[in-house]
Amino acid sequence: MKRKANVEIALTHIVARRKQTFTAALGVTIGVGVYLFMNSLSAGFSKFSRGEIFKNSAHIKIYKNDEICSPFIPNSKQDNVNVIVNPQITTLSKKIIDPENLLNVVKSQSYVTNAISQVYFDAFYNRGKAQIRGTGNGVNIIDYDAMFSTSKYMVAGSINNLQGNLNGIIIGSGIAEKLNLGINENITVSSSFGIVKVMKIVGIFTTGNSLNDQSRSYVNIATAQQFIKEGPSYVSTIFVNTPNADRSGYYAEQLQQLTEYTVEDWQTTSADLLSGDKTRSTLMNSISLSILLMTAFIIYNLLSSTIMQKINDIAILKATGFSGTDVISIFLMEAVIMGLIGTIMGMILGAVLIWMMSGIYMGGPVGYFPISFELSLFIQSFVLGIVITTCAGYFPARNAANVDPVEIFRK
Amino acid sequence: MNNREIILHTNSVGKYFYDPIKFKAIDDISFDVYKGEFLTLVGKSGSGKSTLLYCLSTMDTAYEGELYIKGEKVTGKKPNELANIRNCTIGFIFQFHYLLPEFSCLMNIMLPALKLNKYTYEEVEQRAYEKMKLLDIEDQALKPASKLSGGQQQRVAIARALINDPAIIMCDEPTGNLDSKNTQIVFEIFNRICHELGQTIIAVTHDLDFAKASDRTIELADGKIISTYENN
Ligand SMILES: Nc1ncnc2c1ncn2[C@@H]1O[C@H](COP(=O)(O)OP(=O)(O)O)[C@@H](O)[C@H]1O
Ligand SMILES: [Mg+2]
Repeated sequence: MKRKANVEIALTHIVARRKQTFTAALGVTIGVGVYLFMNSLSAGFSKFSRGEIFKNSAHIKIYKNDEICSPFIPNSKQDNVNVIVNPQITTLSKKIIDPENLLNVVKSQSYVTNAISQVYFDAFYNRGKAQIRGTGNGVNIIDYDAMFSTSKYMVAGSINNLQGNLNGIIIGSGIAEKLNLGINENITVSSSFGIVKVMKIVGIFTTGNSLNDQSRSYVNIATAQQFIKEGPSYVSTIFVNTPNADRSGYYAEQLQQLTEYTVEDWQTTSADLLSGDKTRSTLMNSISLSILLMTAFIIYNLLSSTIMQKINDIAILKATGFSGTDVISIFLMEAVIMGLIGTIMGMILGAVLIWMMSGIYMGGPVGYFPISFELSLFIQSFVLGIVITTCAGYFPARNAANVDPVEIFRK
Repeated sequence: MNNREIILHTNSVGKYFYDPIKFKAIDDISFDVYKGEFLTLVGKSGSGKSTLLYCLSTMDTAYEGELYIKGEKVTGKKPNELANIRNCTIGFIFQFHYLLPEFSCLMNIMLPALKLNKYTYEEVEQRAYEKMKLLDIEDQALKPASKLSGGQQQRVAIARALINDPAIIMCDEPTGNLDSKNTQIVFEIFNRICHELGQTIIAVTHDLDFAKASDRTIELADGKIISTYENN
């Protein structure tokens, strides 16, 4: 009960007008709650789609890009004619020369947490007359698992069965279903280079992404190199993981200094996907921010009308020695108290909404709705709730501070 | 008489109003007020009494001339400094009591002292009870201000004006709203404040009996001092 005069006055006002206080706080509650909820939705979506991207793509990939010849080839000798040609791709092979060395250099960088090499090939999975087109990945399955947690998605067999087994293959569940094949059965795989191999299915995986499950398979690197008639020095892509996916653009620039091959971060690779993501989260952000601004308006209105009604009290406070600064602090405190109550209740509301949403089953590869409790979003909502209500309270409070007591007493 | 301490001094104070036309509401007002004096300002309605009092109170700063309180020039000081002067040197009593309705009588009286922040909360409470005892309202202490009769409310307002032991107490028609019995009570309190406690009172009134019972009366007409009486 031992309070400073300004605190005493602010608290008394708040308590005496609890109905209005509650209304204002409720407005803030809804604003902050919806803001938190919508941003969690958007963050959940982004996290989900990022997870989808990282299921079979790393933070950074290094590959040999197509080279296009210069259309104009000037001649060095004065009297000879210059040559103009149609620009065209001049890449003979997309292979990375001396991948072993490059991989080691990449791995030795301090910001590289993991790096693997990969060989892709166009694969045809056959059984009798049935044929499915897909992509074969030649990988070191143990390293690959360390990067992409493939073992998590295994529904039959084990990734260890592939290690060192040049005749083994791990296929997607969609392929197994369509060709009616099971574990330990044989599958005929051919490549666009005309290589045909009968391989043993040592594992089946389901990622939930039907496109993946119906086309992808994993074999050893050496096997993949045979499928495309290449020697052991052929590698199509080096995948690199870094400590922070959001900084991979910077890390990619660093890596680019080490090699003439194209170094591309995942944000560049998945730019179209990410721009969709960005559009959605911007939309959600602006909608929820508008709702929060409406909240600010509620506080502004309420405080303005309170001040109109309390103009006599403000005059008497100023007459008895309260300064303009004191008056501002009194009404600002009231706004902050309303804002604080509302914001805390809003975070509870948001948490309840998130919890309810996370229990909704969406089916398909999504499963349960991709939404979770993000501490950073709770902090963000809290700070924003307080800042906005404080700002909304400041303008009426400043008007209150400008009340001229003489004008009031003359009436 | 002449070696008394001057508590408030004005030097040719004047004030214009511009709405609806330019008009000088008070003109060339110069006078001294002494410590422990009970001074009344009288005059017809519209003669500029209130306007002058608001200039003296430091709340109105749009005047010409100079104002000195306790020998210090207050004309031209910043709003926050003036608020401070009001807080510790001046107490106000108005015709319409102007208590804060949400607060108890006790808290109404305590607030200016809590603002002054010179005494602890307990000391302030203690002092508020002393002032209430002086005004015979200590049994009303915990009631909300809005539940009191007019006379009681005016006494709470007086107690509030006294809480910081201000050197000067200014009143605008302090008895204008009171019956004769309550007017008598207020008058007796004012006399005690000046003559026993040594504080100064400047009261605007149109009650001539009340004015006659004060130490000195200044009469205004059309914003000018027309006469000064020593009432003895
Ligand atoms: N805000 C104002 N604007 C214009 N004229 C005013 C204002 N306040 C007071 N006046 C005028 O100043 C004169 C003095 O008023 P006031 O000091 O209230 O008189 P009193 O208190 O002696 O009755 C009156 O003529 C009044 O009409
Ligand atoms: Mg008047």
